[in-house]
Amino acid sequence: MEITKELVTYVAGLSRIKLTAEEEQKMEKELGAVIAYMDVLGELDTTGKEPLSHVFDIDNVMRADEVKPSYDRAALLSNAPEHTDETVVVPKTVD
Amino acid sequence: MNWEIVMGLEVHVELATKSKIFCSCTTAFGGAPNTHCCPVCMGMPGTLPVFNEQVLDYALKAGVALNCEITRYNKFDRKNYFYPDLPKAYQISQLYLPFARNGAVEIETKAGSKTIRIHEIHMEEDAGKLIHSPFGDATYPDYNRCGVPLIEIVSEPDFRSAEEVLAYLAKLKSTFEYLGISDVKMEEGSMRADVNLSVRPVGSETFGTRTEMKNINSFKSIERAIAFESKRQIELLEAGEKVVQQTRRWDENKGKTFSMRSKEDAQDYRYFPEPDIPPLRVSEETLTKIKNEQPEFAGEKAERYVRDYGLAKEDAQIIAASKHLAKLFDDTVAISPYPKEIRYWMLSEILYFINEKGLKADNIGFSAEKFAAFIEIMAADRVNKPTGKIIFEEMLKTGDAFDIEGYIKANQLEQVDDGDLIQKTVREVIAANPKTVEQYKNGQTKVLGFFVGQTMKALGGKAKPESVNRYVKEELDTL
Repeated sequence: MEITKELVTYVAGLSRIKLTAEEEQKMEKELGAVIAYMDVLGELDTTGKEPLSHVFDIDNVMRADEVKPSYDRAALLSNAPEHTDETVVVPKTVD
Repeated sequence: MNWEIVMGLEVHVELATKSKIFCSCTTAFGGAPNTHCCPVCMGMPGTLPVFNEQVLDYALKAGVALNCEITRYNKFDRKNYFYPDLPKAYQISQLYLPFARNGAVEIETKAGSKTIRIHEIHMEEDAGKLIHSPFGDATYPDYNRCGVPLIEIVSEPDFRSAEEVLAYLAKLKSTFEYLGISDVKMEEGSMRADVNLSVRPVGSETFGTRTEMKNINSFKSIERAIAFESKRQIELLEAGEKVVQQTRRWDENKGKTFSMRSKEDAQDYRYFPEPDIPPLRVSEETLTKIKNEQPEFAGEKAERYVRDYGLAKEDAQIIAASKHLAKLFDDTVAISPYPKEIRYWMLSEILYFINEKGLKADNIGFSAEKFAAFIEIMAADRVNKPTGKIIFEEMLKTGDAFDIEGYIKANQLEQVDDGDLIQKTVREVIAANPKTVEQYKNGQTKVLGFFVGQTMKALGGKAKPESVNRYVKEELDTL
């Protein structure tokens, strides 16, 4: 897979990240290197191998339906760059 | 040109687990904003979600009830989207191997019965609620609902009218109520429908361009939204314009759908297998257990009511559609030999209070025993129907503490069926209204009702209506 400038802009858009022209160039290079690294996997012969849907051979990891006390709200909200006493604050999402 | 409406439905149903799907926070409705939250449902980095086993149990029950093939090896996928209603920036959902596929739901409309095919049902987590500032550039997310378990039921595009859509939703609601897997309250958002709608000339085999309507939260709104959107599309096409494929928001107050511009260009979800949740394997034992636990649903119940109690099909269906009404009927009929009397009071009075006075079917204050005692009095003709309604209303208000016999005694409500007394009263009423008697003699037989009413009034409303009718007619005709 080739990483182009268009792809970088597109993915940045989906993630609502603003990139300068300089950063775009840097990303194009770095993402390209990451993807190229992954291409190594393509060299393996996977004939007859079932695709894995999880890295470990485990299933049915479940917990019982029990309510535990929730977290302290102030502590949770303190992680956000902007918040009121009750909620996180984000830019308005409707016009 | 004649147009045909084609619709498919995506119905989200919140499952009634105690805790959320991937963390132990409560799923209780309401609560102060962000007080039912923890690092998992707030999407903090480094947290590990763990799947709630009850979700699978409830989901499988729904899948089996809707005649689906259960995916014995199913798993979760990550649906990436950047929007503040989900703080992780992705929703854990099922794309590649949803737990249920290829189901079918029978619906009944005036035109007869029809099968609606279910494409698939998948499990996922609900998103939070966004509260938008009416003034500034700010949105305040409330994540209490974030992580509440959902199943999404995706139908095939098999609907051709609003009536079919409503019948299907009513069937789902009733089915999930019987299974006890959801509150299925549209007004609280525990059941929500997205309607995919397109129109095409009657006889055409290809589909038109569809729009998706979101945010519809009542049966009435769905009917209105379908009427509005189909008309909008037909008008566009007849004017030679095109329908644009888009998501539209239904605005209940304005009675219109609006294009949702903000989300339109973000439809690339870049799904990939969810690494945090290992796959689910459904054993033969589990599936058998789920199948054996399926309750008697509305359809079978209604048939039984017709067969065993001689109820009319339509009446039987109304009672059977509600788990709570059916339970009251079943429990009462088990101890009372008057099924038709029970049916009468359920369909006339209880339904009236549910439809007009906000009574909740799951909150009827009296027990089957109390109801049976009341039915006994009515069946024995001890009070007349109008008086019965007064007693019934008191019983509904007071619940099981209500003393029916004491109330009848204290208010002297026993039905009067003393022939001599009724005849005497009828004669008095006739003597006091010579002009109306003239009208009757001149062929205006509808004044009969006037004499009946006056006699009833004179007897405090307690006389047996049939007897009053008979005496009034007799007396007038012998004049």
